[in-house]
Amino acid sequence: MCCDTESTNCVQGIPLMHELGIAASVVEIVCRHAEGRRVTRIELKIGQLRQIIPATLAFNFELVAQGTVAEGAELDLESIPALGLCAGCGTETELHAFPFQCAQCGCFDLRIVAGEELQVESIECCEESDNAPRPSENVCC
Amino acid sequence: MPHAHPKTSVAERVFDANEALAQSNREKFDHAGTFAINLMSSPGAGKTTILERTFERLNGELRFGVLEGDVQTTLDADRLERFHIPITQVNTDPGFGGECHLDANMVRYGLRDLPLHEIDTLIIENVGNLVCPAEFTVGEDRRVMVFSVTEGEDKPLKYPLMFRSVDLILINKVDLLPHLEFDLALLKRNVEIVHPDVEVILMSARTGEGVEEWCSWLLAQRTALVS
Repeated sequence: MCCDTESTNCVQGIPLMHELGIAASVVEIVCRHAEGRRVTRIELKIGQLRQIIPATLAFNFELVAQGTVAEGAELDLESIPALGLCAGCGTETELHAFPFQCAQCGCFDLRIVAGEELQVESIECCEESDNAPRPSENVCC
Repeated sequence: MPHAHPKTSVAERVFDANEALAQSNREKFDHAGTFAINLMSSPGAGKTTILERTFERLNGELRFGVLEGDVQTTLDADRLERFHIPITQVNTDPGFGGECHLDANMVRYGLRDLPLHEIDTLIIENVGNLVCPAEFTVGEDRRVMVFSVTEGEDKPLKYPLMFRSVDLILINKVDLLPHLEFDLALLKRNVEIVHPDVEVILMSARTGEGVEEWCSWLLAQRTALVS
């Protein structure tokens, strides 16, 4: 059974694939914080080390937001560059490719301090909720 | 145009819900004294054959259990049936298509069917995929990846999240090396680039090469964790 949250993740009968599962989590978080208000804009931070394709996430978001207060909301995706902190000299280096290497001393022993984010930062909502659709009861992930 | 609507701060990580469930699974493993391995790979890399070799060598010494994740069929579970160990299958397919990974919630569901107190080493055989399983922890103690030499030397660079997320890489099917134009040294360099100092074992589940080393690793990791 599809929307048995005990057994499997799915939304409105659609099995979830990576970005789709992530989009469903975003919708769940957003709907919880919206408290019934219609959402107009969502700020989402995505670290560059995440294997997320923004266009796929945006498409999947449109799909799973249907019938919820997040339907039609603008998705504002902020890409966060990868940063490594050198264990040797303490310098922070912006990382663009493998191998991860300190730009200052050449050391490979770096701790990732940014670039792994995947976070709903904020939402903007209409205060009048009279005409807003009710959150779908099918969102279950 | 300025934004007309008030902004509500959320600051909630998308994987928090999965992390909370993974933590709950971890507590179940700790309570039962179960060592849990999340075993991941591409489809057809040899996970189930490696498990067969592992159980032939260690079944009796360790009390194994298996949680099988598959998009469809019980074929993998059927192959392991002869070992008479507790196996449960989480088919991730609610219709056609199915999930591409196991997440903490699916594992939680599968654990209901396993007598954890009788299992000291649980193998969670993930769905064959190098992308999605890398994103989800399920409460495991160690993450192990099987990579077969038929997959190409460039894969660590193409799927860095997976290669970076694991504690051990089993390089499988090395018996095929004489028949392939596969540069093992280049693969090792690429692995080193994305995950310096990760443990690597060369293996052939078909001939048995490396099986002893893998079993020793398993025993040592389990002992280190329990003691």
